[in-house]
Amino acid sequence: MNTPQLNISLGPRSRVEQGLLARVLRFLHLDGWLLVGIAGVLMVSLLALYSAEGQQLKELFDQVVRMLIAFGALLFMAQISPSWLRRGSPLVYGLGLVLLILVLVTGDIGKGAQRWLDLGIRFQPSEIMKLGVPLTLCWLLHERPLPPSFGVLLLVVLIVFLPTGMIAVQPDLGTAILIVLSGAVAIFLAGLGWRYILSIVALAGAAMPALWLVMHDYQRKRILTLLDPASDPLGAGYHIIQSKIAIGSGGVFGKGWLNGTQGQLEFLPERHTDFIFAVIGEEFGLMGGTALLLLYLLIVGRGLYIAASAPDTFSRLLAGTLSITFFFYVFVNTAMVMGLIPVVGVPLPLVSAGGTSMVTLMAGFGILMSIQTHRKLVAR
Amino acid sequence: MARALRIKDHWREQQLFTGRLLASSVMVLGLLGLVMGRLIQLQVGQYEYFSAQSSGNRIRVQPIPPIRGLILDRNDKVLAENTPGYQLEMTPEQVPDMVDTLRRLVASGILEAADIPELKEVIGTRRSFDTVVVAERLTDEELAAFAVRRPNFPGLEIRARLGRSYPYGAATAHLLGYVGGISADDKKTLDAVEYAGTTHVGKISVERSFEANLHGTSGHEDVVVNVHGRKMQVLDRVRSLPGRDVILTIDMAAQLAGYQALEGKRGAAVAIDPRNGEVLAFVSTPAYDPNALSAGLSRRAYLALQEDIDRPLFNRALRGQYPPGSTIKPIVALAALHYGVTTPERRVGCRGFFTLPGSSHRFRDWRPEGHGSVNLYNAIEQSCDVYFYSMARELGIERMGSFLEAFGLGAVTGVDIGGEGQGLVPSPAWKKKAFRQPGARVWFPGETVIAGIGQGYLLVTPLQLAHVAATTAARGQRFQPMLVKALRNPATGTLEYEAPTPLPPVPEQDSAWWDAIIEGMHGVMQGPRGTARGVGLSAPYPMAGKSGTAQVFTIGQKEKYVAKDVAERRRDHALFIAFAPIAEPRIAVAVIIENGESGSKAAAPIARAVIDAYLKTTT
Repeated sequence: MNTPQLNISLGPRSRVEQGLLARVLRFLHLDGWLLVGIAGVLMVSLLALYSAEGQQLKELFDQVVRMLIAFGALLFMAQISPSWLRRGSPLVYGLGLVLLILVLVTGDIGKGAQRWLDLGIRFQPSEIMKLGVPLTLCWLLHERPLPPSFGVLLLVVLIVFLPTGMIAVQPDLGTAILIVLSGAVAIFLAGLGWRYILSIVALAGAAMPALWLVMHDYQRKRILTLLDPASDPLGAGYHIIQSKIAIGSGGVFGKGWLNGTQGQLEFLPERHTDFIFAVIGEEFGLMGGTALLLLYLLIVGRGLYIAASAPDTFSRLLAGTLSITFFFYVFVNTAMVMGLIPVVGVPLPLVSAGGTSMVTLMAGFGILMSIQTHRKLVAR
Repeated sequence: MARALRIKDHWREQQLFTGRLLASSVMVLGLLGLVMGRLIQLQVGQYEYFSAQSSGNRIRVQPIPPIRGLILDRNDKVLAENTPGYQLEMTPEQVPDMVDTLRRLVASGILEAADIPELKEVIGTRRSFDTVVVAERLTDEELAAFAVRRPNFPGLEIRARLGRSYPYGAATAHLLGYVGGISADDKKTLDAVEYAGTTHVGKISVERSFEANLHGTSGHEDVVVNVHGRKMQVLDRVRSLPGRDVILTIDMAAQLAGYQALEGKRGAAVAIDPRNGEVLAFVSTPAYDPNALSAGLSRRAYLALQEDIDRPLFNRALRGQYPPGSTIKPIVALAALHYGVTTPERRVGCRGFFTLPGSSHRFRDWRPEGHGSVNLYNAIEQSCDVYFYSMARELGIERMGSFLEAFGLGAVTGVDIGGEGQGLVPSPAWKKKAFRQPGARVWFPGETVIAGIGQGYLLVTPLQLAHVAATTAARGQRFQPMLVKALRNPATGTLEYEAPTPLPPVPEQDSAWWDAIIEGMHGVMQGPRGTARGVGLSAPYPMAGKSGTAQVFTIGQKEKYVAKDVAERRRDHALFIAFAPIAEPRIAVAVIIENGESGSKAAAPIARAVIDAYLKTTT
């Protein structure tokens, strides 16, 4: 199947019919609905970070700079047409793999885990794989008949577990799980037979005890403290206890911006990174939390709409995978902060402080926008 | 083949995809519902509960540090205890202007400017409502100085705390060590929960090696505090359990006798009970005031201690390594008897020097005119060098070395505090490894000769030397030196005794040979021509001993050693080993005085003083 090539040739008709804003968006290959959702979440992020970081404008300014860099990544990815992207997919994956090996050999140690690579700027190669794995899977599944055969499935397993294995030993269990999830989403969308799905679920269930044995002590402790946080109130249970107190005490309307005692008095650990949702819950209450979740829903919904209306298998699968994976990021973080699942070090997407993960996310949204805008151009 | 048979059916694939997308959407909504449900459960359903925990009164878990165990000597004399003292504490969030406050504290003499960077670092690592210790152990003057200015220092408070104190001060410094504030390095090895409320930890010697026993078990208190951190109500309290009292093998009478005799000198004295390895005295001088160190020295005062040329922080008894000099002559004599090289009766002529066949190099005796014809008894009694040059040559370095090692030299004794020096027993194999230049890697016959009088490469620690004395007294039975006799649970008073640890005995069973060398050592103290006769003759009990003088630098072939011409720090080291009473030895001592010149004159009286003090109190 031929995928149409990128060509920016706006006919005179469109110039007459569309307003200025729409024309600018179209020219830049941006999608209005996604932009609204992203901008809304980023606004919430700035409000929450200003509060969580002790009202320091410098920290806030740093985050704005990171947002602008991430927006640059979005803008860049939006210009690359899906067909080009598809051809480049294995390259991204290969590059990611090489960098992961480099990390294992030479990586910097940060917080007891070996995740960072210092190439002029410090970054985590595992971030590349958050895009590299979905891209490569969609590239693989694009040409093959769907639902995927058993042989293709084996390839998929290889593509997913090669990098996640390396990431898991860094050890960065959270990111590894998210990448495995993105692979699962991709083959689920590709129409993997229910028989396979059931057997995988059964197998995963059976593998749990084995997984328990290979886990690090701190990982086991996190699971045990989920079951009974009060067992260790000064140690591992501290995060969950303080986070639940923060959210619960926020009530329906919250304690008000900059007034959260849990956050402001520093009871809440990691409040500007992994536990920022607790700051939002404490200061803005149920209203604020719901508003943020609705903004996320807008982004995910628009992404699924883009997937539904994409013209070819690659674009469809990729748009669907990226959107649903993004939702998983949101789910894993919020569920963790509220004590529904064990503490895995996963930031709240677009809201937590930090640059690398935001760049990856925004690049993903750039891909979604590219899929949407390149289709429309040709459809006309 | 499968690919060839299956053709891409785009319409069907799109239908399949749409179906899966719908299923995914349902799952997304489901999980979102779960999150929303949890949010509502926490913020609406359990709002009252969490609100009570958070706003207004907050529940805090405060650790209750345990009381550190005491350290006592064998007769229950307290050597380390906890006494209340006053310290200045700061709550950073209540200090309006930190820089100005610190500056004014320096101006009022409570703080030294050099300590500010470290203090700021500590403040940076704590939560702003946690208190930080600004100055420990305030003197009465400092207390008064602060009290009058108190209104000018919001956020600062004086609090009473238990501090460590050592009633005997410097006399037990190297024995007990001291406690100090928990450093970043200490944190890595300590249990964060157990030490949550503890401010001090053992830094060296007994305080450090028995930290786990001394510390105790932390308790905690769940308290309701108001917004300003004040305790309003105690909800739950788990008491802390005090640490074990550590009862040492030390006899304070012997320890003090040793310390007083050594005070003002650089040296060490160690006494051991030959029957079980219990260390009775463990002195190293110069020492420091452990009370001052435990209270927290200013940076400047600590540097002064560290840079002192006499090295008061250096534990000579444990880590100092010295050539043993003539103190090892009894061992060489025993080796010679053991290997049949000599008999007690055999006589060797001493003309004041010894030469190897085919060489004109003179190995000189300490007595230029010589000792005449000497047997084994005379040789030990008068410390005749020529006799032992001759024995060494006939024994050879390997056999002599193996006998020295059988007495525990060249290896740590395994005493129950860490950081021990190992000493050195040289051998041709060792020399080959230790030296670089090919010419220096060869073992020379002359090196065997001087090893016979404890010179050359041979090195021992005072603790090892005391172990040698004890082993000789026990006629070859060896016990690992031990400083801790028992641990006592202060709540129940029950004692857990540490058992003596026997070590492989010296492989010489013939008691006649032991009699021969011990008789020689008896002669040193109480014989007609003994080198330490002046010290030993007046003793009310039969005692054995051996003096030693170790060269710090070499003098030329034609020169003569004249003490007054030699700079103080290049004078010979003085050594002495002794034990008593001879028939049933209860104490063995080793004394070393750096640059003390003469073992029998400088070191022997100190050994005698320690033995006197111990035997006087125990019968």
